[in-house]
Amino acid sequence: MKGVRGAKSLFIFGCGDCATLCRTGGEAEVAAITEKLAAEGITVTGGTVPHTTCHELDVQRIGRQHKEEIGKSGAILVLACGAGIQAVGDSLDKPVISGCDSLFIGNSKRQMNFYEKCSACGDCVLNATAGLCPETRCPKGLLNGPCGGAVRGMCEVDQTNKCVWIEIYERLKSQGRLDDLMEITAPKERGKANMPHKIEQPARTGK
Amino acid sequence: MSKFQESLSRFSITAEIPPPKGADVSPFLRIAEKAAGRIDGANVTDNQRGMMRMSALVFSKCLKDVGCEPILQVTCRDRNRLALQSDLLGAMAFGIENLCLMTGDFPTMGDNPDARPVYDLDSMQLIKAANGLARGVAMNGKPVKDVRPFFTGGVINPFYEPFELELLKTKKKIAAGAKFFQTQPFFDIPSVEKFLNAVKGLDAAFLIGVTPLKGEKMITFLNQKVLTTPIPADVTARITGAADQAREGLLAAAEFVNAIRKIARGVHLMPIGQEENLPLLLDMIEAGK
Repeated sequence: MKGVRGAKSLFIFGCGDCATLCRTGGEAEVAAITEKLAAEGITVTGGTVPHTTCHELDVQRIGRQHKEEIGKSGAILVLACGAGIQAVGDSLDKPVISGCDSLFIGNSKRQMNFYEKCSACGDCVLNATAGLCPETRCPKGLLNGPCGGAVRGMCEVDQTNKCVWIEIYERLKSQGRLDDLMEITAPKERGKANMPHKIEQPARTGK
Repeated sequence: MSKFQESLSRFSITAEIPPPKGADVSPFLRIAEKAAGRIDGANVTDNQRGMMRMSALVFSKCLKDVGCEPILQVTCRDRNRLALQSDLLGAMAFGIENLCLMTGDFPTMGDNPDARPVYDLDSMQLIKAANGLARGVAMNGKPVKDVRPFFTGGVINPFYEPFELELLKTKKKIAAGAKFFQTQPFFDIPSVEKFLNAVKGLDAAFLIGVTPLKGEKMITFLNQKVLTTPIPADVTARITGAADQAREGLLAAAEFVNAIRKIARGVHLMPIGQEENLPLLLDMIEAGK
């Protein structure tokens, strides 16, 4: 409620993709927050859960569809990741309120179980590490083997996680590829991770 | 060749002397002065266990100035490759020759848990970088002028499971340029023998870690928080059964050092939390030699 900063009326954007899967910005969450806001005396002028909220042209189009409801609102509350929140902010001329603290790009295993396995570093090491990423799954991002700190195979930083280097070792050993580990991996090209990234390629012509 | 490197041809004794948590170096320098000439190298820790202390580089220079041979510890936790290389050049300028290079404990283990962990390099890459600088080549492949040699080493955890993986990592460190290794503390000879047998044939000197036990409280702490293998029951019984536990711990450590003398190239003394007792420990070691 702190983020609402005195706004008396809000329009709400959810997201039909990741935020729905994570149960932070699906139809149910938009309905729940609408009720909560009403209880605080804040009017919700309308809401929408687009297919994805990080597609800026889509957000503009949806904004036009909801022009009247958005016009009546003092601000737009977005229940999506930081990319979605910024897509709304960059596309629609209204103050934006962030409704989520985005944590990570997660792999999903079972419902509501998410695991961070890739940090999109731009300098992939998976070919040298049996397909397990130490840049992401080792808190120290070590590239040449584990630190000495694992406790009974578990990471010293978070003992509920298995040391990924022990996992890499076990997988390489079972595949008879332990020699792969002997090569000293060079320091990462951190420049590739410098933000903000962008990709601007010509659209396909459809030939 | 550094004095520490020379000592490895006989039996080498190194000891940990951490920088102070404050700006006055004199209390720890007094310990160093009493130890100088009796130890072959003093490991100066680098914000050990992620606890903020004075710069290891600066304190190493202070040790050198009082005639105590420093082994500068450098971790990958707090500095990127720019800062690490410039500190290493600074070490050369100070005439510091010995480096013990390691990954470093994660910040959440220490007293500034919200610090940004750096780990731009890992221990292997840092060992390689230091040896490159000593040959006059920086990490970017460009030449560096007026360099001096380094004697580089690292650490090994003899109790790491799976040990095959630790051994593999140690071989990589040797390939990167590590010439000596200091271990986590041992508390019994059979474990030392087993370890030395496992690293037999590796082209590096292994200095066996020795920590005098201050008493029951420390034993419990080490067993629960630090060690992966508990301290043997007979060692615990000897210390906890003594009237003066701290003194008994020092005596046991001194006897242990003199027993190791027969089988290893050296020892690395880590009088955790009782640095002031280092000179007394050395007295006891020398008396029992």
